[in-house]
Amino acid sequence: MGTISATIPETPWTLPSKGRVGIFSLIAAESAIFSIFVVAYIYYIGKSLTGPTPRQVLEVPIFDTICLLSSSITIHLALSALHKAKTGVFRAYWFATLALGAIFLVGTGQDWYRLIYKEGFTIHTNLAGTTYYSLVGLHASHVTIGLIGLTIVMLLALAGKVKQEHAERCELFSYYWHFVDAVWVVVFTVVYIIGR
Amino acid sequence: MASDSLPLPGSIALTPSQEGSKAWLETVHEWVITVDHKRLGLMYIGYALLFLVIGGTEATLMRIQLAHPQATFLSPQVFNRMFTMHGTTMIFFVAMPIVFGFGNYLVPLMIGARDMAFPRLNAFSFWMTVFGGLLLYFSFVGGDGLYGAGSAPDVGWFAYAPLTATAFSRGHSTDYWALALLVSGIGSIGAGVNFIATILSMRCQGMALGKMPLLAWMNLVMAFLVLFALGPLTAAQIMLMIDRYLGGHFFDTQAGGSAVIWMHFFWIFGHPEVYVLVIPAFAFVSEIIPVFSRKAMFGYPAMVAATVGIAFVSLSVWAHHMFTVGMPSYGNAFFVLTTMVVGIPTGIKIFNWLGTMWGGKIRFAVPMMFCIAFLFQFLIAGLTGIMLATAPFDWQLSASYFVVAHFHYVIVGGILFALFGAFYYWFPKMTGRMLDETLGKWHFWLFLIGFHLTFDFMHVPGLLGMPRRIYTYEPGRGWDIWNLICTIGVFFQIAGVLVFVFNMIRSYYRGTPAGSDPWDAWTLEWSTSSPPPAYNFAKVPVVRSRRPLWDLKHPEDPDWKYE
Repeated sequence: MGTISATIPETPWTLPSKGRVGIFSLIAAESAIFSIFVVAYIYYIGKSLTGPTPRQVLEVPIFDTICLLSSSITIHLALSALHKAKTGVFRAYWFATLALGAIFLVGTGQDWYRLIYKEGFTIHTNLAGTTYYSLVGLHASHVTIGLIGLTIVMLLALAGKVKQEHAERCELFSYYWHFVDAVWVVVFTVVYIIGR
Repeated sequence: MASDSLPLPGSIALTPSQEGSKAWLETVHEWVITVDHKRLGLMYIGYALLFLVIGGTEATLMRIQLAHPQATFLSPQVFNRMFTMHGTTMIFFVAMPIVFGFGNYLVPLMIGARDMAFPRLNAFSFWMTVFGGLLLYFSFVGGDGLYGAGSAPDVGWFAYAPLTATAFSRGHSTDYWALALLVSGIGSIGAGVNFIATILSMRCQGMALGKMPLLAWMNLVMAFLVLFALGPLTAAQIMLMIDRYLGGHFFDTQAGGSAVIWMHFFWIFGHPEVYVLVIPAFAFVSEIIPVFSRKAMFGYPAMVAATVGIAFVSLSVWAHHMFTVGMPSYGNAFFVLTTMVVGIPTGIKIFNWLGTMWGGKIRFAVPMMFCIAFLFQFLIAGLTGIMLATAPFDWQLSASYFVVAHFHYVIVGGILFALFGAFYYWFPKMTGRMLDETLGKWHFWLFLIGFHLTFDFMHVPGLLGMPRRIYTYEPGRGWDIWNLICTIGVFFQIAGVLVFVFNMIRSYYRGTPAGSDPWDAWTLEWSTSSPPPAYNFAKVPVVRSRRPLWDLKHPEDPDWKYE
């Protein structure tokens, strides 16, 4: 290697972190998937040939939305605590994030139960049903994956294995969680404001 | 030919090879569990070659059926399955794995890295692709489930609605098709993420973005396209499965759904996909032409800009596949315009390759011959592309054999020729042995003649009105002779591929030892031994220019003084 390296002055060589690049690339691909579902939802608004319409059956999940969006704040607080090596505070906020996410998912479940068993509104009923359950369901499946991740980190944290040096990895995960929350803002706008 | 100073000291395997002393099963086990980018790359390539033979057989069967009017070699049902499986196989299980395979093998070596950014994700992506292919071909056995004999998907490779609705596509063959694409699509997204992270975050010291080999640049752009193209495909497959399994109505016109929106979703994937495949082909050509012209790449920054430009524009051209559905005139005008705009950066590239050859000391070795054929054929493919991009022309010729001839000119005449060039160029690096030049020339000429017999003459029945996907035709329409010539060409192509396969097997065992740098090339993969050790470089290299090996071989006149 001598010939090449000998003539090179030692300059600092820094590159973007591969984890960060990786997670942002994944988020880009996920965004493409979600945009197609959102486009389909918007395109099919008001095109159902039979009832019920979304206005007749959908209730705006305000409480669930508040929970999910606040979980973005708690995960951020958890990470700033971890960066300062305050593992106790980290665990508390991380648990709060997990709980808020779980409340959201249970809320969606209850909502679906009501729609399916009380209103008789299923994925098969009409186009509105097809697009509603696919878009909200695609988001809910991402929340579920997020909850699995949150739980794994929570269990590791309870076992005392999450320390300051893991802050960056937890941060990468938090980008995914922020993305899931941001997608909910879009889904909420499309389903409950524009589509209703 | 090889420079005496190569391989660089320390880049040779430090531990002696233990191949041959291992049990057969142990070797297989090692390959199955591997996370090494080179082994995964080779497996991608091997897997793709296997499917190339399968997809090629399907094409041959179709061409035999079409050689004469009113032939009865294949039944209409089997013919439908053959063109569906041929298209799906060639795009998803030949072209994509093969470009991922070369990218996997070469990118880390060319940017001076020891592996991809996420080796385990890399293995996951590969095996997802494998399972996707197995699912697709399992449909031959399980396509009808318990109802009877097997069948394969017969809905065409773009599977337009409502043909894919449960009412028209019974049994499970379409489900296998959708699942296969979903599964392999997840693998492709994983590979895309991995390429981006590798190229942005794993470059060796000194390799700024502007000093990367063009192959790395083009694979980076290809990976971005994978992210934005495969997502829509995945979404569309999920919707199709919701329709088929859960009684959804996305593409169900009886319930207000739209068949046209499937076309939009599919081609939002489908057109960028063409560039996912052709940009790596550009990458091979951009590495091979300079080395065999003995000149540095002409217009490197323009080349990078043109690649990025093509990728960007390619995201907004998809509806040129749909001129015949009846879009409003401004829709037509938009897609005609964007499609024609692609011609500008593509033209820049062709001129840059010609500019590289201009005044160079051209060496007509087999890799270079394939690249020169690529230049001519890709130009013609682009010209028929501009013809088809004109909406009124497309109204006449959409879904005719002219279209089939056009895109085979792109994929075979462009991409496959570049790939053959890449095989001859990098086979010595991958195996340590040269491919035989004489056999290579036989391969080149046989395949070139076969390609032109088949696909030049295929334009004619298209212009005469022969629609694609018909299983037979009546005599006396003026199509007979052209179809016969197309079929004859196929057998030249088969002969060429057989020579190629024989050449690879023979050269693997008996080829001339290649040494580390048989072509007197300039990029980092040639600085290590052939085949490279598991860790690629004993000492991670440091570079100062786009041609680090030139700097090493010519310390009196290094490139970095001029860049």
